[in-house]
Amino acid sequence: MAKNRLGKSSAFYDIYERNPSSDKTVTHYCPGCGHGILHKFIAEALEDYGVWNRTILLSPVGCSVFAYYYFKVGNIQCAHGRAPAVATGIKRAHPDSIVISYQGDGDLAGIGGNEIIQAANRGENITVFFINNAIYGMTGGQMAPTTLVGQSTTTTPRGRDIYNEGYPIKIAEIISILESPVYVERVALADTKNIMKARSAVRKAINYQVENKGFSLVEVLSPCPTGWKMNPVDAKKWVTNEMQKYFKLGVFKDVGKERKSRKVNGEKVPLNKVPDIIDIPSDEKKEISRIEKKSEEKFLKRIKIAGFGGQGILLLGVTLAESGMMEGKNVTWLPSYGPEMRGGTANCHVIVSNQRIGSPLVDWSDILIAMNRPSLDKFEPKAVPGSLIFYDSTIVNRKPERNDVKAIGVPFTEIADGIGSTKVLNMVALGSLIRFTGMLSPETLFEAQTRVVKRKEFLELNKRAIKAGMEFIDSLKES
Amino acid sequence: MAKVLLKGNEAVVKGAILAGCRFFFGYPITPASEIAETAAYYIPLVGGTFIQAESEIGAINMVYGASSGGVRAMTASSGPGLSLKQEGISYLCGAELPCVIVDIMRGGPGLGNIAPDQGDYNQMVKGGGHGSYKVLVLAPNSVQEMCNFAILAFELADKYRNPVIVLTDGFIGQMMEPVEFPEVQVEVPKKDWALYGEEDDNKKLISSIYLDPDELEEIVIKINKKYKRMEEEEVRYEASYLEDAELVTVSFGVVSRILSSVVERCRKEGYKVGYLRPITLFPFPKKIINKLSEEGKAFLSVELSNGQMVDDVRLNARQSDVHFYGRMGGNVPSEDELYEVIVKILKGERKWLKTG
Repeated sequence: MAKNRLGKSSAFYDIYERNPSSDKTVTHYCPGCGHGILHKFIAEALEDYGVWNRTILLSPVGCSVFAYYYFKVGNIQCAHGRAPAVATGIKRAHPDSIVISYQGDGDLAGIGGNEIIQAANRGENITVFFINNAIYGMTGGQMAPTTLVGQSTTTTPRGRDIYNEGYPIKIAEIISILESPVYVERVALADTKNIMKARSAVRKAINYQVENKGFSLVEVLSPCPTGWKMNPVDAKKWVTNEMQKYFKLGVFKDVGKERKSRKVNGEKVPLNKVPDIIDIPSDEKKEISRIEKKSEEKFLKRIKIAGFGGQGILLLGVTLAESGMMEGKNVTWLPSYGPEMRGGTANCHVIVSNQRIGSPLVDWSDILIAMNRPSLDKFEPKAVPGSLIFYDSTIVNRKPERNDVKAIGVPFTEIADGIGSTKVLNMVALGSLIRFTGMLSPETLFEAQTRVVKRKEFLELNKRAIKAGMEFIDSLKES
Repeated sequence: MAKVLLKGNEAVVKGAILAGCRFFFGYPITPASEIAETAAYYIPLVGGTFIQAESEIGAINMVYGASSGGVRAMTASSGPGLSLKQEGISYLCGAELPCVIVDIMRGGPGLGNIAPDQGDYNQMVKGGGHGSYKVLVLAPNSVQEMCNFAILAFELADKYRNPVIVLTDGFIGQMMEPVEFPEVQVEVPKKDWALYGEEDDNKKLISSIYLDPDELEEIVIKINKKYKRMEEEEVRYEASYLEDAELVTVSFGVVSRILSSVVERCRKEGYKVGYLRPITLFPFPKKIINKLSEEGKAFLSVELSNGQMVDDVRLNARQSDVHFYGRMGGNVPSEDELYEVIVKILKGERKWLKTG
């Protein structure tokens, strides 16, 4: 039960220093406005639950943009409609804080419609108070998403027309059909009985957050005498007689009792464990795995690998680059990325050098690996004179035409099929490449593929494929 | 430490984690998605939070919230997503909230395509949101720099209480290179202005609203002093062969990699070509360009756009011919192509002067 008190809640500042008005003891709200009452209920609940000193309140854009004048808590002023996303950020950063998103109808139901639905759907452990007064108060009485049918505003001068603006949006109903939210209720700041129900709803919604139950939203029908051009008494009556007719009061969802309290704080990971967790190898590992190959001569191989998507073109390139790196070379790997990854053509550029690599693009290749006919057609003209062209003689139905390059036809597909899987034709290609050029040692390649191949069941098969590619080159040399 | 072969998009996340970033909010988009994927995998393992936001607007506002809480937070996207984030970036600058935002540029305008592009230069460097603000922009051109600049970006963001952008193109995000990770361990210090869910919070306010014109003017002057300070303290660039150069190439991202090869080739052929790569796009390396212009050198800005950075070059090279060569739509100029452009300029056969 609420404590009896005569003074102001500790969750309010004694003097509203941030209020630029000359009287710093009153709010900026108009007489008869509902914001003041709702503010009071929130502040009272924050004190009663003993959480005002760990509360962070989010002010929206709207009349309550200055809520931070009054609440003696941590305050964040948010962009229009974005408070639920901001609330997500701060609550995740400080799960022990009590985060309250205070939003009006334009803010929450208009411009911020997606943010509120998604925060609710994630079940963020926050409390949202949604002031619905069927009008844009701050900007001078324009239509809100909740403006009633026929209600005239400065932007619906002839009344809200369902054929132009549709019907008023029912936020409590919308949020309550989502699975995640814990508690959704619509209340009204009209007659005394309903005002006291609103007070209970505010307390329950805050308490659920204190208990780490999850997302709560209270929609509060609230009078706006200024926006509605009424006196405060008539405005209250209008809430009862007009708003409540369309926006039904009541609890739309309350599963707080069934929901378990969530665990809020994870374990803190010591900083010195971080590199290991994010797969940054330590120096000791380097000694074991890195095979240095000393060479003083300038070494530069610009390699273009091309074929169909699904032939393992990119992986071939990555394995090559990884091997080069392991042998102490500078390497770059550049994919033709995007839709090519999902079928169609694929190619990648690999450069292995003992110099600093400038451009990572291979315009002119020192080595071209053509896995299909279109690749050979496309890239043969861009082979450096005297360079190498490897091509899959199983499926490429022509030989390279250039006589100033060395063409090596290897039946990648046939060899791979012979081992038991067409999928390893990329490794056959790799094996034949390194055997022919001697640019990398097979041991490096075996080790490299254990690092880059994710499906470990392929490692043994890949190794056999690399060896088969090497053996084919040996057979060429013998014959 | 040992080297690891990584994509630029992976390295930037690992760098961020080493820098103490434990909060990532993002939305998938090619060619930046590996950033979100890498963050989704690793950030929870180091005790952090990853959320795939409902939109870029959601993501940037989650960053706004987390940064209000004093933690290091990050988001990443590509052009279309950055357009959506601009609202949030303006608010972050107004509320003086630090964060790191990565933009892996793709072809535009509109949906464009997913190939590498640099057409976000204006929206990122000039400030695509509303109001008189600036963001510090770092432009990595290697995977190593993707890692290093993530760390640097968080340092600078906290130093200035301002968002820092890591801006590069699809190729730098997608390419793989060996990365040597620095031995960095960052315990993010408590910030006196941030909210921690404790009693002292009530003395603080995270906000960008100042109704009184004099007060707002004062705030804008204050944040602009930070930008001035950035111009004095944070200008970074890489340069070579400037001294006797007749023509200085200016480029960033993947283009600067291509030009580094082209300039070497020009030098071998005896052409006096210099190389200048702005590493900070804001603050732009004005002084060096001004000095080179006074020495009578001409400039060639090469960009994957309709010519955006070239305006900054021209502004600071009033005495010089400033040439521009751009490719668009995801096309990337070849070494041969740029070599030819340079030779034609030097021989006086053709000018590529951007007008307007």
